[in-house]
Amino acid sequence: MSMSSLNIAQLRAQFPILQQQVNAKPLIYFDNAATTQKPYAVINAITDFYTQCNANVHRGAHHLSNESTTRFEHARDTVACFMHAANRKEIIWTSGTTEGINIVAHGIAKQLRPGDEVLVTQMEHHANLVTWQQACAQSGASLKIAPIDDDGTLNIDAFVALLSTNTKLVAFPHISNALGTINPIKTLTAQAKKVGALVLIDGAQGIAHAKVDVVDIGCDFYVFSAHKLFGPTGIGVLWGKESVLKNWPVWQTGGEMIANVTYETATWGELPNRLEAGTPNIAGAIGLAAAVEWFSQLDLHALQHHEHALLKHATEQAHNFDGLTIVGNAPEKVAVLSFVLQGCHSADIGFLLDQQGIAIRSGDHCAQPLMRRLTLPGTARASFSIYNTIEEVDAFFIALKKVHQMLI
Amino acid sequence: MSLPTRDDIIDDMAFFDDWEQRYQYIIDLGKSISRIDENEKTDENVVKGCQSKVWLISNLDDGILYFKADSDAVIINGLLALVMVVFNNKTPKDILAVDIDEYFKQLDLERHITPSRGNGLKAIVAKIQAIANSYAN
Ligand SMILES: Cc1ncc(COP(=O)(O)O)c(C=O)c1O
Repeated sequence: MSMSSLNIAQLRAQFPILQQQVNAKPLIYFDNAATTQKPYAVINAITDFYTQCNANVHRGAHHLSNESTTRFEHARDTVACFMHAANRKEIIWTSGTTEGINIVAHGIAKQLRPGDEVLVTQMEHHANLVTWQQACAQSGASLKIAPIDDDGTLNIDAFVALLSTNTKLVAFPHISNALGTINPIKTLTAQAKKVGALVLIDGAQGIAHAKVDVVDIGCDFYVFSAHKLFGPTGIGVLWGKESVLKNWPVWQTGGEMIANVTYETATWGELPNRLEAGTPNIAGAIGLAAAVEWFSQLDLHALQHHEHALLKHATEQAHNFDGLTIVGNAPEKVAVLSFVLQGCHSADIGFLLDQQGIAIRSGDHCAQPLMRRLTLPGTARASFSIYNTIEEVDAFFIALKKVHQMLI
Repeated sequence: MSLPTRDDIIDDMAFFDDWEQRYQYIIDLGKSISRIDENEKTDENVVKGCQSKVWLISNLDDGILYFKADSDAVIINGLLALVMVVFNNKTPKDILAVDIDEYFKQLDLERHITPSRGNGLKAIVAKIQAIANSYAN
């Protein structure tokens, strides 16, 4: 099914969870930045794996193991192709974005020296901040923070000014989870490369909203979680340039990642295995590949157009809503409406919307320092995905009006 | 501070037939609890495990435990009021005898007292019980 113009009803019908009622109201799911729902294509791929060919991979040469290994390694090819990786060995399975960043942070901590610097931004999710804090604390390096402007745009001049030959690694989000800001990742990467720094892009929010071509971007690492791309939880990807990854300090040690082992010593295997200790999340990788295949056959341009229409409509409604302030007004942003309502706590807003069947996120969005930078205790965040509709956005604002009346 | 009694609340809540009335009642109840002064909203008085900020202070006088609780979210304040009705101005022994799960069941609000809920009401109840326990023996 190729969709040059999008049929939303058809798309929605592929997500069984969207058919349900919550608190006796049709579910309106606006918490897509936290995790997306799963289409039948993904659910069926996981069920098929367990019902038809469950076996451990790369081990016993028996029928099931061969089939399982084939599907598992095919999943790696699917993801490599999706990200435009130069080589399938560059795809490392992780448990998610967080683990991907930890593998890189753990490795860089061994290389950093006092005087070295790591640069991140003010808009980081804790996963892309605390990890580098730890790496710097262990090595004596210092962490630099590139500021944002009040509208939630990264201040590029300040970012560039913080780069120097001391900068060993630069990490930033492709897209901010709390604000929706899309960062100019190619420009930022090019600037970081001028001083010879490694570049890691936190793609947790980017992967489902933009085309990702890692060669074209020019970064060294790009990490994401399957669950934000219509895939299962517990699986994600660390993509790294082969030249960088092949000597990267090993992460966990144990089975699968070794070449030769004696009682005293061990040598490490080749990529990708050297960074994948133990039995991998086989069903997860297969589920992720199914998500990628399903997503790839949709028309990305039409999807982006639809999401943009949702954001535009929501933003207009928000501007007409008394007491509402949008948090995050970057000119380049995805369909995320983060907001505060004067006199209302975001937890109360979230709770009373839930009573009306509407799921949003409220709080600090795992970005406490960003909230402090914006001098906000938190926000309410409605984050849209491809299966949401304009009618749902309208229903959301009617519900929000009721919430406002109750709280004021 | 004039909170209704436990029985009044159970009667009132049984009377409502939609979520709006129920939660409007809870929000209004929250407005009637005595707030905590800003200078007493210290880190030590924060109850950990709540999504919104909750402060709890206690004071034992002549064998009776007095609590004050406050939150920056109004629904939590209402739930705190419900909790205060059964725990405040009691001896530690009486506090420990309260079956809070049963009370929330009677109010048809069990979902708020499950350990998985992020609003941390369970954490507040546990803190009150721990305080009572420390004075009970
Ligand atoms: C920008 C960003 N980075 C990192 C993460 C962490 O992802 P995960 O919890 O799947 O590891 C998230 C998830 O919320 C995110 O939005």
